[in-house]
Amino acid sequence: MASSVRLDDVFSPSQDIVCRNIEGELILVPIVAGMGDLEDVLFSLNDTGKAVWNMLDGRTSVENIVRQLTDRYSGAPSNILQDVLDLIESLLERRLVIRCKGHP
Amino acid sequence: MSPSGGTPGLIKGPVTPLPAFRSLTIELTERCNLNCVHCYINRPDEDRRSRALELSTADWKRIIAQAVDSGTLTVRFTGGEPLLRPDFGEIYRFTRKLGMRVKLFTNATLFTPAVAEMLGEIPPLDTMEITVFGMQPTSYEAVTRRRGSFKAFRRGIDLLVRHRVPFAVKGVWLPQNREEVEAFESWATTLPGINEPPAYSFFFDLRTRRDSKAKNLVISGLRPGAESMVKFMSRRRKTYEKETKQFLERFPLRPMGDVLLDCGAGHTSTIDAYGLLQPCMLIRHSSLVVDLKRLNLREALHTNLDRIEKVRAHDPRYLQRCARCFIRNLCQQCPGKSWSEHGTLDTPVEYLCQVAHAQARGLGLLEAGEKAWEIEEWPERVDRAWIGRT
Repeated sequence: MASSVRLDDVFSPSQDIVCRNIEGELILVPIVAGMGDLEDVLFSLNDTGKAVWNMLDGRTSVENIVRQLTDRYSGAPSNILQDVLDLIESLLERRLVIRCKGHP
Repeated sequence: MSPSGGTPGLIKGPVTPLPAFRSLTIELTERCNLNCVHCYINRPDEDRRSRALELSTADWKRIIAQAVDSGTLTVRFTGGEPLLRPDFGEIYRFTRKLGMRVKLFTNATLFTPAVAEMLGEIPPLDTMEITVFGMQPTSYEAVTRRRGSFKAFRRGIDLLVRHRVPFAVKGVWLPQNREEVEAFESWATTLPGINEPPAYSFFFDLRTRRDSKAKNLVISGLRPGAESMVKFMSRRRKTYEKETKQFLERFPLRPMGDVLLDCGAGHTSTIDAYGLLQPCMLIRHSSLVVDLKRLNLREALHTNLDRIEKVRAHDPRYLQRCARCFIRNLCQQCPGKSWSEHGTLDTPVEYLCQVAHAQARGLGLLEAGEKAWEIEEWPERVDRAWIGRT
């Protein structure tokens, strides 16, 4: 299925979550109802997920994120792009991030 | 992003490994609007002295902010009845907005539409536990000794359902309601989100303030006998066997020696209504209590964790029996129980010993009259019993 995330999109963390760093683990704590698919739960990000999350700062475009990650990690750029798109889709689906610009 | 990074992922669910100071229980008040016969803590709701000594809203906010800085992820609000405090909503909102998960222990009688609405909009993220004292006004109020409390409890449940607030119900197995187990469990299945039979309290703790011999007499009189308790615990045989086996895989049968606090105390702690940090809801022994009016929470947690790790049993009866007892993990004996029963950390609690032995006999680990601490061939006993087989 084609991704709804475009390369010129910019995202930032939703104001409906609190992002906590506890002993090196990044934990996303929903504040309002309806962010989990059943009961509301906590989310955490693995190390590469954290690297993406830290660039969802309301300024850095998806294209820029992919470029920086391609410099940092050894995977094929097309795989890195797909991974980033999948993660952002998943964050969007749960309303953990909001789109700052790009198509609605 | 492999091989150095791996696919970036969003992980749903529990946090692993658990943070060092993973959860904190906060007793917002020791006062309660009910007057339950079996309660280990309650003070009258109009108790002016208690109210005057309780921490203020600002104090709680300061401590909760320090808990966030200490890496605490879950706060459990309990009491007394936490909703008795008019600032409950303010403290709850503050806690959740700092990124804490909240677990609430309540009798549900004081929910207002506004509080239920708040819990629906800002969900606690951990299951609220509501204690149910009976299924009829007569049985319920024979426990709570407050007229109108049954109606208030049912109104509270209705409000939570209407506002889609997730909760679990928990029974209290008392002489006043023992005939209503079926009715309670059948009612529980009609509640949204409840798929398992409810849990029960039946090991009634004595007063943790050690403040009333008369109340302690009443509480100990409400306890079921060891054999009837085990019969009740194992009434759903298959579930009981499965859960016991799972439990003993995590906490194997073996003597535990003189270490007293290996239950996670210190990583999980309690703050009483007056700002004293203690290892759990039961232990108020002065050697393990830190005043948060004098020490920052993080320092207090570290100080108490150091102390807790060093606590060892000295009572010769404990060393003779509990330290050598291979069914120690089946037994509810702990410093908290010892404190409420005897005012020490390491005196064996006879009642708990009787229940553990009855349970061990039911599991085929002991014969009638045997004492578990005298069984030298305990590993063979464990292997022979069904719980030892894979």
